[in-house]
This record gives sequence, structure tokens and C-alpha cells, in this order.
Amino acid sequence: MSSDQPFITDDSQVVTETRDARMTGQGDRFNSRLREAFGSSPFILTKFDKFLNWCRGSSMFMLQFGIACCSIEMMHTYAVKHDLDRFGSGVPRASPRQADVMIVPGTIVSKFAPRMKRVYDQMPEPKFVVGMGSCTISGGPFQEGYNVIKGAEEVIPIDIHVPGCPPRPEALVYGVVKLQERVANGEAAPVTVKPYELEEFSDLERDELVEKLTDQIDDDELVMRYNFADSP
Amino acid sequence: MSLERPDTVDDGAVERTPDELEALLGDLVVDRDDHLNAPGFVIRPDTVQETLRTLKEQAGYDHLSVVSAQEYENRYESIYHLKKYDDPTQEVSIVVPADKDDPVSESAEPVFRTADWHEREAYDLIGIEYDDHPDLRRILLPETWQGHPLSMDYDKDRPQIATLPEHANPLEDHHKDAESDTMFLNIGPHHPATHGVLHLKTVLDGEQVADVEPDIGYLHRSEEQMAQSGTYRHQIMPYPDRWDYISAGLLNEWAYARAAEDLADIEVPEYAQVIRTMGAEMCRIAAHMLALATFALDINGDFTATFMYAINDRERVQNLLEDLTGQRLMFNYFRLGGVVWDLPEPREEFFSDTRDFLDQLPESIEEYHNLITSNEIFQMRTIDTGILPPEVAKNYGATGPVARGSGVDYDLRRDDPYGYYDELDWDVVTEDGCDNFSRLLVRMREVEESAKIIEQCVDLLEDWPEDERNIQANVPRTLRPDDDTEIYRAVEGAKGELGIYIRADGTDKPARFKIRSPCFSNLQTLPEMANGEYIPDVIAALGSLDVVLGEVDR
Repeated sequence: MSSDQPFITDDSQVVTETRDARMTGQGDRFNSRLREAFGSSPFILTKFDKFLNWCRGSSMFMLQFGIACCSIEMMHTYAVKHDLDRFGSGVPRASPRQADVMIVPGTIVSKFAPRMKRVYDQMPEPKFVVGMGSCTISGGPFQEGYNVIKGAEEVIPIDIHVPGCPPRPEALVYGVVKLQERVANGEAAPVTVKPYELEEFSDLERDELVEKLTDQIDDDELVMRYNFADSP
Repeated sequence: MSLERPDTVDDGAVERTPDELEALLGDLVVDRDDHLNAPGFVIRPDTVQETLRTLKEQAGYDHLSVVSAQEYENRYESIYHLKKYDDPTQEVSIVVPADKDDPVSESAEPVFRTADWHEREAYDLIGIEYDDHPDLRRILLPETWQGHPLSMDYDKDRPQIATLPEHANPLEDHHKDAESDTMFLNIGPHHPATHGVLHLKTVLDGEQVADVEPDIGYLHRSEEQMAQSGTYRHQIMPYPDRWDYISAGLLNEWAYARAAEDLADIEVPEYAQVIRTMGAEMCRIAAHMLALATFALDINGDFTATFMYAINDRERVQNLLEDLTGQRLMFNYFRLGGVVWDLPEPREEFFSDTRDFLDQLPESIEEYHNLITSNEIFQMRTIDTGILPPEVAKNYGATGPVARGSGVDYDLRRDDPYGYYDELDWDVVTEDGCDNFSRLLVRMREVEESAKIIEQCVDLLEDWPEDERNIQANVPRTLRPDDDTEIYRAVEGAKGELGIYIRADGTDKPARFKIRSPCFSNLQTLPEMANGEYIPDVIAALGSLDVVLGEVDR
């Protein structure tokens, strides 16, 4: 090694075969039609938000959330044959804290509604909801039931409604893809006014029912109140 | 194990005429109120335990199917439908009227453990109070619910308030009891292992389960009310599909069809019975496949090979069912007096598709045995865990694969024949292990039996003369069964004895429609199996019970 070229490594001393093989191989392994179309200048110019939305829509983590009949069809959608994962949204997560999308597959009843809201609240933003089946739209075949919440939208905001009783897996796939499309386009969930909300018991106006319950319920306790007559 | 009943008949199985029973009960009987299916004895509300104990111990009526409660213009009424595990065609109904103003009746819980939940449900929905009941609380509706929704003066439009004590964090201080050193653990209602929206209140002592209490009602969709507001002829039939929604639709529809057909005295053509039998067994295969898939999921973890394989087989059988009924899940295929349409054309294609499915089934089952039942880890998790002794199972009214896994030889398809089952060659499967493994094994072997039944049905249907293919009996457009006729009829659903109690009041809608759900009784056994075990064994036991919450809560 000569002293006038102090920083030049003698190539003959370095084993380059593996590196070369990797570099030549890389093009083949990672190449794609899209990559070829970019040719020698592999850069695109886009807005950050648009790029992020595209990422968001292309990789969605679903909440593993079974309620009623529709959850059977939902399982079929995740599993072989329909394989929702083909669309980049088929990995069910058991914990709401790891999920982006909640599919609400079934009838919501009075006892479950607050629990569902709690699960929804635990999901990190941005979060999206697909309502699956007629029950999440209006209560479906059980709308007249004394115990049935008339649509999941009374509790949480819903982005996409998939009608059917139950919807076929193809219909759910279509709904999820539509949601991905909306997310990729940066369309946010409509913020709906919820007629049914959690409130502190002491905030309620003192009607006959509240008076009757006053001594049974602690004032600080959260209660849900819903009026079946006024429901849509 | 076989269609032939064992020859040994003990005293319990001796059939008594209604008059002999009346003589046995003596002064306890106040009046007679016979139902279409069984003699009915009216007793005083304070002699429930004595009457039921006499019938259980001296006449062998060891199966309390269901407690159906209802309100009349002038009284409340609880009906205890009793049967024998040895011969379910021997039935008796005990009718207990209670005072209109102060409906109190003695609890049957000390005699039949299963009465616990059934009476809680009656209290919740109708409002009858049971004396001597260990824990009379609401079971399906929230604790703060005002009124009893199936009673006569219930105001459906009044607002309701429900508290959210469940919103309290279970790890907060007040849940920790420094003295007793136990820990409270919530499992559910949103949890992948609870198969829907079931809530298990678990108390742990170290790693062991000190107490587990299933909290149900998160899917109580007012099914009984929906049925009571529909007409017999067409409006009720879509709902049974949604009780046990794990593709067991046709089995559930048959429960309603059987009860209503017996009530209205409709004769179903033989050809339709064969189609029904075939379709119902396809549903049973689909339901057991999902039970297998989710059980393997509970034991093995995430979405794994077994789950995918079983779903694959389900897809195959669902394709056949879709060809037959036009729907994947909610078939709505039965009609009173038959089925809605004939087999799909071309028939040959349907038959050959069915045969193809049956031909590959043994291979799949072999694969499941390789994957699951012969897997050592799986065996360690399931053998000798979740023990349910046969006497306990009977006391809780357990039926279906849960009872048969405990060696209780009880299958309504053979013991109380309906449809075309008694003409076909198949066996009732029982296992004596009483553990999680036996229950799974029963389901897997039942799939093979179902395949045998389907095969025979296909042979029959193929050779059926073309001019005798009568799919529906003549049924009047509006059905109005006679006033005050009552019937309880059950079929063998995918999970066990699925029964319907109907009281007709002369109109075209039932006055009372009570569903006896097998899962409701089966789930009640969970504490017996889980207490003292570890948490993973609770999950395994729950998975082996194969409950479906739509049917538990109705």
C-alpha cells in the first residue's frame, strides 16, 4: 500500500463475490413491472398525506371480533377460499389496541352496546368500522325486539355498511375493499351524532325512571340510556 | 352405540300410564292439564320440590328439559317438562300456577340443578319469583332493566337505563381482596376464545380457577318475542336459522317444524322427510366441522392449519347446502308440511356432487385424526381435563355431544324418532371418557355417522319414482290451532336437545313460544368442569362444550 494514496483500498484484497452476486441478484429479486416502468429514475413525487393514506389503505389490521351469525361468514372471509388477506386486510388481531378496522358482525343488544363502545374506544386512531349485516344497519330481522339496539350507528360511527342477512363473504370483501379505497382517498369517517351515549347518572333529567333508580345507583356511575320509541 | 336399545331395563324406565302417575303423586295433584305431548298435572306452588323429587326418584323422570313460564289473564304459570334419559318419549308436564298479584313459586333447583338458570330466565322475562332459589337475579337482561318484557303489562316504549359497572377496571383496588389472596379475571365478552359474546367472571387462586361464573345475555335478541309476533305459516320459520347460526339452520328449522306440525296435525310426505333428513345431516357436518375448527383454534392458538382445513370442508358442505336451499347460512328451506322446493336440477349433478363430498370425507377425517387427535400436545391438553361425570351431566340437563361424551346414551333421532331416521342404518356415538377429548371424539365420529345417513338418503332420493315426489303436504294458508292447546317437541340439534314449547290461543300467532336451547343447559355445566383447573383448561372445557351464544341467549 503506497503512502500517496492513503484511502484507497486494494480491491484485490477484498472478497467481493458475495457482494457482487447480491447486487446483481437484487434487481431480479425485487424487480416488478412497476419498477421497470420507472426505468432509470426510480423517484415519484407525491404528497406525504396521499402516500400515507395509500399505505394505510393497503395494510389494515382487523379486530377479531365475533358477535352473532355474521361472524361465521366473517370467519369464512378470513379463511381459505375467500382469503381476505389477498387484499392486505386479513390479519385479525385479538386485541383492539393493535387493530385499525373493526367489523361489527351482528346484532347489538342493550347489554353488549356499552361493551362494544369500550372496545371501539380502545382502538388507536385512525380507526374505521365496517358494519356487517342488516342488524348493524337497523336491527335487521330483530328490529322489533325489546332488547335490540336499532343499528350499530347508535353506538359508534360506521364507515361502510354491508347489507345482507348475513352478507356473503364476497359482499364483505367488497365492503372492505371499498373501505380501503376510501381510506386511500383520504375520506374520513362521517362523525355521526349518536342518540345513545354514555353519561353520568347525575346528569340525567329527573324523570320517573331516574327517580326510581336514584337510590339504587351511585351518582358517579356511568349509565347508558336509550329510548326505544325515539330510535330510528 | 347401536340403534338397538340395551335390553336391561331398570325400574326407572318402566312406562307408567297417566293415571298411575296421578296415583303415585296422590294428593299433590290438584288438577289435570294435559298437553299434546304429555300428561300434565297441576300442583300447588309450594309443592314443586316434593312433586319433582317423587317423579325423579320413584318414577325415573331424571331429565328436566325446560321450565317454560308464561302469564295468563288470571295467573302466572311455570311448566316443568320432564323426560327420561332412558326413554325420552315418556314425558310428563308439571304445571305450577302462581298468583297473579304475587307470583311466587317454589324453586326446583334442589331437585334438578338445571332449574337454576331456567328459573332465573323465567324471573327475568316473565317475572315469577322462585322461593328457595339460590341466586335469583336477572340472567339475560341488564341488572337495571325495568319490567319483565314477556309479561302482559310490559311497556316496550319506555326508556331504559343500564348502568355500566362492567366498565370498572377489573384491576382496580376494590377487586383485589387482600385477605383472601384471590384475583378476579374477566374473560370476555369480547374475547376470541369465548366463541362469541360470552362473559366469564373468573376468580383465580394462584393459577387455579377458584370459581367461574358464565355471564350471558350479550346476544339476547328477543327471539321468543319475535316468534310470538309472527304467524305460524311463514313468519316464524326464518328465525330458527338464527338461533344456532353455525350452519345448523335446517336442524333448528326442524325443531319448529316438528312442534308446529304436531300442533296443527300436519302429515309430512315421505319424500320431503328424506330431503329434510339429508339436509339436516349436512348441517350437522358443517356445525361439527366448525366446532372442531374452533376447538383446535382454542387449543393450538392462532389461525392455524386445522382451522383452515376444517373451514375448507365446511365450504364444501356449504356449497351442497347452497345448491339445495339457495342460501349459504340462513337457509329458510323448511315449510310446515314439507320443504320449499325440490332438489336442484339437474338432479344427477347434485347427487354426484354429494357423492364426491362423501367420498373425500373419510380422507379428511383421517387427516384430522393425524393433525389433532393423535397429536401428543393436544392429548395432554384435553385428556382428563374438563371432567363431566354422567350423573352431573344429567342433573344439569346436558344433551347432545356433551352428554354423549360422558357416556349418556341419549339421542333423540333414535329415542324419539322423527323424519326418516328410524328407517336408516346408523349408530349413536358415545364415549366414556367424560373429558374434553371424548366430546371432540364424539363430534368427529358423528360426522361419519351423518355421512352414512346422507349416503342412504341420496340412494333413496335417486330411486324415488318421479310421480311420487311430493315435497309439501296440503297446509291451509292460515293456521289457527285450537285455543289452549300446548305442545313441547324436541329434535336433536347439532348441540343437543332443541325443543319448542308452543301454546296456541286460537289465533294465527302463538301465545307463548318458548325455546329450549341445548347450549343454555350445556353451558351451565362449565363451573363443574372448570373449578379447580387451570385457566387454559377452562378455555378447553368451554371449547369442548361448543356453545353458540345465539342459542344460549336467544
